[in-house]
Amino acid sequence: MTENHHHHVKLPEGSIEKQTTTLNVGPTHPATHGVFQNIMELDGERIVSTESTVGYIHRAFEKIAERRPLYQITPLTDRLNYCSSPINNMGWHLTCEKLLGVETPKRVDYLRIIIMELARISDHLICNSIVGVDTGAYTGFLYVMQYRELIYEIYEEVCGSRLTTNIGRIGGFERNFSNTAFTKLEKFLKEYPSVLKEFENLFTRNRIFMERTIGTGAISAERALNYGFTGPNLRATGVDYDVRVHSPYSSYEDFDFTIPVGSTGDNYDRFLVRNEEMWQSLGIIQQAYRKIQEFKGEEAEVFHANVPEYYLPEKKDVYTKMEALIWHFKIIMGEVDMPKGEVYKSVEGGNGELGFYLISDGGRAPFRLHFRRPCFIYYQAYPELVTGGMLSDAIVTMSSLNLIAGEMDA
Amino acid sequence: MAVTNDLIQQKLTAKFGEGFFHFEESYGMLTIEAPKEQNLKVLQFLYEEEELAFRFLTDLCAVNYPDLPGRELAVVYHLHNLADNLRIRLKVFTGIENPDIFTASKLFSSANWMERETYDFFGVNFVGHPNLKRILNVDEMDYFPMRKEFPLEDQTRRDKDDEMFGRG
Repeated sequence: MTENHHHHVKLPEGSIEKQTTTLNVGPTHPATHGVFQNIMELDGERIVSTESTVGYIHRAFEKIAERRPLYQITPLTDRLNYCSSPINNMGWHLTCEKLLGVETPKRVDYLRIIIMELARISDHLICNSIVGVDTGAYTGFLYVMQYRELIYEIYEEVCGSRLTTNIGRIGGFERNFSNTAFTKLEKFLKEYPSVLKEFENLFTRNRIFMERTIGTGAISAERALNYGFTGPNLRATGVDYDVRVHSPYSSYEDFDFTIPVGSTGDNYDRFLVRNEEMWQSLGIIQQAYRKIQEFKGEEAEVFHANVPEYYLPEKKDVYTKMEALIWHFKIIMGEVDMPKGEVYKSVEGGNGELGFYLISDGGRAPFRLHFRRPCFIYYQAYPELVTGGMLSDAIVTMSSLNLIAGEMDA
Repeated sequence: MAVTNDLIQQKLTAKFGEGFFHFEESYGMLTIEAPKEQNLKVLQFLYEEEELAFRFLTDLCAVNYPDLPGRELAVVYHLHNLADNLRIRLKVFTGIENPDIFTASKLFSSANWMERETYDFFGVNFVGHPNLKRILNVDEMDYFPMRKEFPLEDQTRRDKDDEMFGRG
């Protein structure tokens, strides 16, 4: 008899009287696309409250950046929003160029735009197809993966890597785009529009998808602005704020595109905004490619600005010219000092305004580097979006917000 | 009339008086420094004033200046007026002994987690914050890692052999 007493389970205080169920969603969970945890209190299927925990993939980028010269920080920025790492890289290069006062030639700007818009298409494809997966529709996701492969192949031609690209340098690119890269780009531009059309046909007027996503996870424009929303999530609520148009960088003002805007800020609007943005990005890439083909002769060989202090000289010059040798040595040994100054630069990332706040005290590494990470900021609104709704809607909301853990935690 | 940095400066001086702020312009962005007790008053004025309308908090972070005695920690607010496309940077300095700053989370909901992150990494105590606890680091951490006094690597590790890393 006495033995049985030792096997009694000790329940926490109040857990039998409690009317709600505590459900731990994540950090490792097939529906959370990344590592973040939500401890939800459920009343049946309805969510009474939820508490988010982040920081599972915190890698101390801001601390590491205080010890690295500028070009060694680019691989850190890759790993922020890793679905569209070229945009992070370009944003960082633009920040350094603002600090150093570097002007990039037009051809470099147009090439950068092609790469950034390809990254945006890649990011939005993942997000939209994952929203489909979370409502039960796997086909779209697997189908568009083939076309993300084409984008990865284009990155590989330019910089050698597929996902975490470390693409570009301060002032431009590490090498001119080869003919193979342009051939692959042409193949993408030819084949992708019909694929995107088919993907749209699977979801946009699909009865089940519409019933799952319309009216769930909605937020008003005032609340979204107060929560610091930017990017497609904000545009879905009706505010047409896009950094590419507000503060154009990298010659975006030379291009003709519209900003799609939603009205209710629910999951369906976010899906539609991202979908339309992919069409707009495709248009921008086509315009940029045409503009690049208009450069002839010497202009067509330009792929970087003249920044000898930060751009490694060509190897044949290092072996034959004195200045090139000195610059190569200084750059590799990290003996180049930045000008003193404080600069904030932002670009339109896949999720919104990705900002870089760089303070330099005249040394070889930043004194302080802070990343303004859109995912981190708008994830705060998640409890407000899902409270009162069903658990399955909360899962769809989580994926339609496009939460990338790398960007949340840095 | 067009809202320029000069106009903002004029309005702020008119409201708070001469010598209240320290103005600077850095790469085109007006940077103002205010005393830390007045941070909410300044934020409120920048928010409500019709012509200024800085109603979007872009970023909130901190910087550690170990060489400025009595002003070691600076909390930096980046504000944005979306309608007129104007940005401004507000800095408030505090000493490292009692780093108490009033929370901006009642005015801007986005300040909630950003202040938690600033507390987590720098130890800035946001007075009035609804839930000031660590957000990205482990809860058991008892120091503030982004402060300059802490080196990049964890000095308490015994499992790494420094000989192997060329630091023996």
